[in-house]
Amino acid sequence: MLRFENVCMRYPEVGDVLRNISFHLKHGEIAFLTGHSGAGKSTLLKLIAVMERCSRGHIYLDGQDLTFAKERQIPYLRRKVGFIFQDYKLLQDRTVFDNVALPLVIAGFGHLEIARRVRAALDKVGLSGKEKKYPLALSGGEQQRVGIARAVVNKPPLIIADEPTGNLDPDLSAEIMRLFEKFQQVGVTVLIASHDISLISQMNHRVLKLDHGQLVAA
Amino acid sequence: MKQIPKKYHKRQPKPEIQRTKLAGGNFIDKIQAYRDQHAQALFSSLGRLVASPFTSIMTITVLALAISLASGFYLLVVNLKLVAGNMDAGDNISLFLKDQISDVSARHFADAVRRQSGVREVKFVSRQQALEEFKIHSGFGAAIDILESNPLPIVIQVAPSDALVKKSDFERLFNALKQAPEVDIAQIDTQWLERLQSILNLTEQAGNLLSVLLGMGVLFIIGNTIRLELHNRRDEVIIAKLVGATNAFIQRPFLYTGFWLGFISGVAAWFIVTAMMLILWQSVEQLSVLYGGSFHMVFLTLTETLSLLLASSLLGVVGAWGVLVYQLRHTKPDKS
Repeated sequence: MLRFENVCMRYPEVGDVLRNISFHLKHGEIAFLTGHSGAGKSTLLKLIAVMERCSRGHIYLDGQDLTFAKERQIPYLRRKVGFIFQDYKLLQDRTVFDNVALPLVIAGFGHLEIARRVRAALDKVGLSGKEKKYPLALSGGEQQRVGIARAVVNKPPLIIADEPTGNLDPDLSAEIMRLFEKFQQVGVTVLIASHDISLISQMNHRVLKLDHGQLVAA
Repeated sequence: MKQIPKKYHKRQPKPEIQRTKLAGGNFIDKIQAYRDQHAQALFSSLGRLVASPFTSIMTITVLALAISLASGFYLLVVNLKLVAGNMDAGDNISLFLKDQISDVSARHFADAVRRQSGVREVKFVSRQQALEEFKIHSGFGAAIDILESNPLPIVIQVAPSDALVKKSDFERLFNALKQAPEVDIAQIDTQWLERLQSILNLTEQAGNLLSVLLGMGVLFIIGNTIRLELHNRRDEVIIAKLVGATNAFIQRPFLYTGFWLGFISGVAAWFIVTAMMLILWQSVEQLSVLYGGSFHMVFLTLTETLSLLLASSLLGVVGAWGVLVYQLRHTKPDKS
């Protein structure tokens, strides 16, 4: 599903941020990406979102080489990945429904299909009945679940979560993690970047550990 | 069962990027979704303009003034041309006859002129008529009365049939008339018209240049407005990019904002120009009456109004588009 082959990333100002990263996430696999801050976690995620291009090596997403993806193909590649962010990145002036519907609107679904899928996604994350609320009227945990609903609403094969529990208390964090496991069970690949060691150790999943730009455990 | 021709089977689904994979529904659904997207962008962009009335009104006023200046200048030229056209454009020839010619022989001469080819009309002004006209129009009536004899000559005004079309024919006619023994002085009343014509041409050119400059101004004002709007909605753009929006999708509402700005400014400019014309109308009509009432002011025609709206809308879209192409390439999703 997601394969890194000898990926190097070098910024002219900072030097090597990622060195020779190779790993392979299979379909339906769940994995943590961990490491101290500045170890290259964010850079690695940016490469998957094609916000940056790697300096060397190859990244394969669903069999397609991101290294050679043309600029106009990038939007369609991003639709295969659901992104979840620490700060949720919700549109504050839109309702929960509109926030979750955004990927579907972008992909060009009809409005009936959109309504059906949005309700299904909100139901999955336990936010049924809050469609008309605005994000600011929700708690942090609820906002994050809106973000998750948005990430999964068009059923991408891969979910990338960047510190999804960074702003949440342990109980809520565990709840979010159980949600990810549910997605995994229906065949979605999940990669979670986190430095919450206790949370990671509680759950028995694969851990990719970055240290100064190198993969020290995979 | 009917055999389907083989070529229909040949079509392979596009490899690599499958645009249709994630978008559900059939073709009709997609067309409808696409139409919905446009309708949504059309109305949401208008809604945004309404939601911040102060800023919108400021921008639209500036744009409307620029556009009305250009179209007002255009109308000015159109009307001036009309005035110039109304002034009998045919190059009239005035023949001042010699003093010793009697009224009778002058009339014979006028008939002879009338029969010449290339002459459309001949107007005979006798000494007496000339004197009366002079008394009425000059205001020197009393002074004329003092004179014992009438000092004015007989005048024959000759209007050539299509003088302007063939200059050489006109000159031939003029020379022939000038050399007639009865004629003292022959004059062509065209020089001032030619001068007016060239002044008008100059005015028209200046108007065109002004329009180009003002059009560029409109383009840049709209571009800058869109740039600010894009800046204000940067988060939204970035989120949309991250969930797979194409640049076309992101651009759409901004292009519609540009369209609305241009279109509304065009409408406002039309009202400004029409209001100005209405204010001037009374005075122009009065002036026209003084000159015999042959001239009536023209307003923007339907075609011109539509062109005005089309041009201003187009300027809006193009101004927005130019900025978007540049800015979106430089708006990279950046976490943190």
